[in-house]
Amino acid sequence: MEFNEPAGQNLFDNARLVGKPAARIDGPLKVSGLAPYAYERHDVVEGQLYGYPVGATISHGRILSMDVEAARAAPGVRAVVTTLDIAPLALGMLNVARLFGGDEVQHYHQAIAVVVADSFEQARAAAGLITAEYATGDAADFDLHAAFERLQGSGDPDTLVGDVDTAFRSAAAVVDQMYHTASISHAAMEPHASIVDWSDGERMRVWTSNQMINWTRGSIATTFGIDPELVQLESPYVGGGFGGKLWLRADAVLAAIGSRAAGAPVKLALPRPFVMNNTTHRAATVQRVRLAAASDGRLTGIWHEAASHSLPGGRGENATAQTPYFYATDTMRVKHHIVAMPLPEASDMRAPGEASGHMGLEVAMDELAEALEMDPVQLRIVNDTQVNPSEPSQPFSERNYVACLETGAEAFGWSDRSATPGQRREGQWLIGMGMAGAYRGTPVRPSGARAILENGRLIIETDMTDIGTGSYTVLAQTAAEVMGLTLDEVEMRLGNSLYPVSSGSGGQFGAASSTAGVYAACMALRGEIGERLGYDAPEFSDGLVVSGDSSQALADLQGRFEAVDEMTIGNFQDNYLLATFGAHFAEVAVHIATGETRVRRMVSTIDAGRILNPTTARSQLIGGMTMSIGGVLSEEMALDTGRGYFVNHDLAGYEVAVHADILDQEVIFLDTADAVATPLKAKGVGELGVCGVGAAVANAVYNATGVRVRDFPLTLDRLLGGLPELA
Amino acid sequence: MKAFSFERASSAQAAAARAAEVQGAKFIAGGTNLVDLMKLGIEAPEHLIDVSGLGLDRIEETDEGGLRIGAMVSNTALSADVRIRRDYPVLTRAIAAGASGQLRNKATTGGNLLQRTRCPYFYDTAQACSKRVPGSGCSALTEGAFSRQLGVIGTSDACIATHPSDMAVAMRVLDATIETVTPTGMTRRIPLEEFHLLPGDTPEKETALMPGELITAVTLPAPVGGIQRYHKVRDRASYAFALVSVALIRQPDGSGRVALGGVAPRPWRLAAADAELPNGARAVMARLLDGARPTEETQFKITLAERTLAALLLEE
Repeated sequence: MEFNEPAGQNLFDNARLVGKPAARIDGPLKVSGLAPYAYERHDVVEGQLYGYPVGATISHGRILSMDVEAARAAPGVRAVVTTLDIAPLALGMLNVARLFGGDEVQHYHQAIAVVVADSFEQARAAAGLITAEYATGDAADFDLHAAFERLQGSGDPDTLVGDVDTAFRSAAAVVDQMYHTASISHAAMEPHASIVDWSDGERMRVWTSNQMINWTRGSIATTFGIDPELVQLESPYVGGGFGGKLWLRADAVLAAIGSRAAGAPVKLALPRPFVMNNTTHRAATVQRVRLAAASDGRLTGIWHEAASHSLPGGRGENATAQTPYFYATDTMRVKHHIVAMPLPEASDMRAPGEASGHMGLEVAMDELAEALEMDPVQLRIVNDTQVNPSEPSQPFSERNYVACLETGAEAFGWSDRSATPGQRREGQWLIGMGMAGAYRGTPVRPSGARAILENGRLIIETDMTDIGTGSYTVLAQTAAEVMGLTLDEVEMRLGNSLYPVSSGSGGQFGAASSTAGVYAACMALRGEIGERLGYDAPEFSDGLVVSGDSSQALADLQGRFEAVDEMTIGNFQDNYLLATFGAHFAEVAVHIATGETRVRRMVSTIDAGRILNPTTARSQLIGGMTMSIGGVLSEEMALDTGRGYFVNHDLAGYEVAVHADILDQEVIFLDTADAVATPLKAKGVGELGVCGVGAAVANAVYNATGVRVRDFPLTLDRLLGGLPELA
Repeated sequence: MKAFSFERASSAQAAAARAAEVQGAKFIAGGTNLVDLMKLGIEAPEHLIDVSGLGLDRIEETDEGGLRIGAMVSNTALSADVRIRRDYPVLTRAIAAGASGQLRNKATTGGNLLQRTRCPYFYDTAQACSKRVPGSGCSALTEGAFSRQLGVIGTSDACIATHPSDMAVAMRVLDATIETVTPTGMTRRIPLEEFHLLPGDTPEKETALMPGELITAVTLPAPVGGIQRYHKVRDRASYAFALVSVALIRQPDGSGRVALGGVAPRPWRLAAADAELPNGARAVMARLLDGARPTEETQFKITLAERTLAALLLEE
């Protein structure tokens, strides 16, 4: 089925299930420990051995030699394979560092060996016996700020509109500030883990934790130079992805190599330090944001220039990603520089670019509001636009940003905020309110599914993944809706490369795209059923298929009906800019003496078309708020600039938010319908949830204290110097 | 993890004797720190002596009007004990500020005192650490190192690690004494202020315990009253080690005692600094942190310690 024009009135406009709250159908499995995660799939293949990785302990250079004799002789060891034993493996999709093979070290904890043993403890002990001699590369420069200073103004702008310099010269108010964000880890609860059976060196079975089944299957084939048809990959449950599991990583590669060497299936989970230094992360950014405005608050110029680190060939963290599209402006100059550094691979993490970019842009907007003596909500309202600011002929398919701002301000009680900072105190705590806007593009990708009606039971198969987002549930709701069934009459089968290729989970395209794919497959199944029954224009409701005076219960249909279809997206969508919007409000308390910051309450208002399931969508949003509180207040991958690695590589040293950090969170969905987006008129919310939340908190800290911090995370040491003298 | 042998001790005396006799032996009780360190290859004992079943899990009143806390009393039980809550509230507050409920259920009083530093370079066997491998140097003291969590005073050119305990900071301000049994069966009493050693040139030597010596109890003197506070400052609201913590006992006349956590290789308290309490936080810290040698990244701890104490003194 092709989606080739904006959706008209359809069954989803009067839905029974889609758009209604539903508890996640996989919830009971998860809370009872029965959902099989990759490392726990003890039953899928007999004779599983344990793999353990060894990582390089220099940031870059060459391995001169490795000593594996002691490891080979250690108890229980079945195989040891070092990176010197095999030629450099080819790079999978969007990988920029080799996952294994050859003597070159490109980053700290790049995998250099895998040990396979009868037990996990034996594998780990033997791995600890392996030593390597290195020729360390020349000292590297890890000073991103200095690199930005050098690069500033160079290169062609990524976006250029009008005469920016003149706009800044004639502006009534100007903000010009530098912002820094730290490198951040996905820090998913479940580390990267795989069981691989490549015992015969021929067919490969992979049980893993991955967001993109088809991409990763292809990457495995590319990496090992084999036919993708020989690879079967399953990932039915994912314990957190956040972009860290979009790509093939070393867990699956090492398990495959270990399996081939040992002639047995091998399971391997990356130890937590490897999650930090072997897998990908969100790169640090340096940003200069300049805003020019007329006295009425209208933006006359936006200048956003940023830099981030990456291994050569990577994409870094483009903090300007949202800037060309967010606000109306007369002129604009946007540029992102990538600075090559031999650090672990920088890649996508939830709202790649935007999560960092909102820290610059939306704090700068707060600063501009203050300079103009204007309310920050009002400043954003006057700069709303219904067309792409960098391409005005292109309208937004639907944009209700102003409604987000107004609804959120009302619900939060924004009118109680004092425009002057440092005015409200409760005991030893300074109280402040802040807000920020949120912008995230919302791509739609082709997505396929198979719908089967067998002896009255509906089965949906698609390689779509559920990374904790609720895919199982929204896809079941969609299928039940289309087929006129109840939710418990649908069996969902996800995350297997044997099933039709879906959008996968990422870029907040998953739910909107894959529900459209399931819709297409179910419509095809309806056609198939109608045809086989000889029903003209069949209708499906209340468990029945009806045509004229004839009707039958689907439960009574004998045999198997099956249809495969894919929703493809016509290029009519190119005429529109598809995006989601939000307004985040936060109230913080900052300790007057210590600068400890606690977020007391938050309200987020979300504009993302039809909300497919308010229960699971709310979970994504409050998850985003939680992740953002960690991101703005405590999360930083601390870089040892002498050695080129992230030092705090475990969950004791890398501080994500804990329960005690999370108090009152409220999510308000505008719940509209974007007919351009998909037949279900839905858009994504996953990435949006981490766009702007941190900036709202940072702006609230300023409102509480009068201390403007522009380096994130906003840890208390950055506040201390500006807090009041104590008697 | 290296293979190891294991035995359950039958008595404290026997445990100490065995520990002195068996090469590479260590005691294990709650295991909340040691087992982690063994998994990471930081500790590699050849033999473990389980001392958790020795009955050292009672809190008894002493003839001097204080309390004798068995070494195996769990952190949870200690912080919840009604006598502790009533008469030594700084200790309850400090323990409750540490770790998580699950860890406090397993962690013991003796083990808490013996936990190792959380310096990230100590925790990474690929890095140099003289605590882990004597004489190997200190990655935390080299150019470009990350030191924000580390110590500012009592440190040395060989080591700037801190002792991570909250409980010990409160015990220090309470003038606790450690009771041990030696391998020859003698009982020894070590004031807590002498228990944790400063690193000097030998950061691997962390306590005054002799080989095989086993902590059997911690005694607290009779209650001293006063307002007792513990403020643990950290980046998130819970489940993090202190950047700085302040234990304060303040008497109605303005006199009192102050100990700091998160800044030194041991709970940090000086009598001369206590004496400055009537003169305010700045005067206390001028004494208490005199001679501090912070890194660029730990400089803030000096300010933070003073402000944290100042806030406690302002509390009604």
